[in-house]
Amino acid sequence: MALKASDLKVGGTHTATLVKDLKRTQLVQYAGASGDYNPLHTDDLFTREVAGYPSVFAHGMLTMGMTGAMLTDYVGDGRLTKFGVRFTAQVWPGDDLSASATVEALRDEDGVKLVDLAVSTRNQDGVEVLSGYATARVDP
Amino acid sequence: MAVDRFPIEASHIMMFARSVGDANPIYYDADHAAKTEPGAIIAPPTFMQASAQFDPDYSLRPKVGQPWFGSGKEPTGVKKGDSGGGGNKGTLHAEQHFEYHRHPKVGDVLTATVKPGKTWEKEGRRAGKLIFSETITEYRDQNGELVVTARGVGVRTERPATQG
Repeated sequence: MALKASDLKVGGTHTATLVKDLKRTQLVQYAGASGDYNPLHTDDLFTREVAGYPSVFAHGMLTMGMTGAMLTDYVGDGRLTKFGVRFTAQVWPGDDLSASATVEALRDEDGVKLVDLAVSTRNQDGVEVLSGYATARVDP
Repeated sequence: MAVDRFPIEASHIMMFARSVGDANPIYYDADHAAKTEPGAIIAPPTFMQASAQFDPDYSLRPKVGQPWFGSGKEPTGVKKGDSGGGGNKGTLHAEQHFEYHRHPKVGDVLTATVKPGKTWEKEGRRAGKLIFSETITEYRDQNGELVVTARGVGVRTERPATQG
């Protein structure tokens, strides 16, 4: 189901829970699927004793991937034209994450209706862990 | 990462979608996908990152017969001053941007070419000097058409950057 421009208002927000109590196993699962086996995400001994972090932490791209699912659930399959983010804080095992997409503009480009969205993902303490934007094609 | 051949495969998309907690049936069920607007199983929005699987030199994957910097008997499998062993010299992922010219689907065979972008420095509050560097990756399909442009920014820190 795609979005309709006529149903959208600037300032309107869509929110979704991405994960509750993020598990280390999910970091392993993401490492295997993405091919990024950096031990910082799966190897606690290395991460504490060699890298100097308190524990393993999530791949930024896992947070972006989960946030992308929120976006495609909202705008529809195959509708994104742009999606970009900055990783603003680390995500740790045990975190709860929720994400929002806020309508910033509705516009026409070469006869195609587009929505520009501000994207934000926060943890259980309200700390923003990802800040970004997306653009999607919408129906009239 | 430069990749000569990145085949878009259904089982890879299934595993990737599971790993990001995405239950959308377009990533799991070809019959369902055929009835959607794209008409086929498509790549999830961040799937191009998984092209790392097809980069023979990717530094964050253990390789047969070579040292690996993760832990075994010791907290790291490489000694100071050793060359090789994987890793990315303390680089963290700072930004990632995708532009979708079309969404790749199962059956596409992509190539990825990499162009270096800008580099810049910043003084961080907790992590000391931060060195940012940008990489632009262009994914093209079997017809040479540009399908996805990806721009990544990595940051090297002087000290571990613990935030949040």
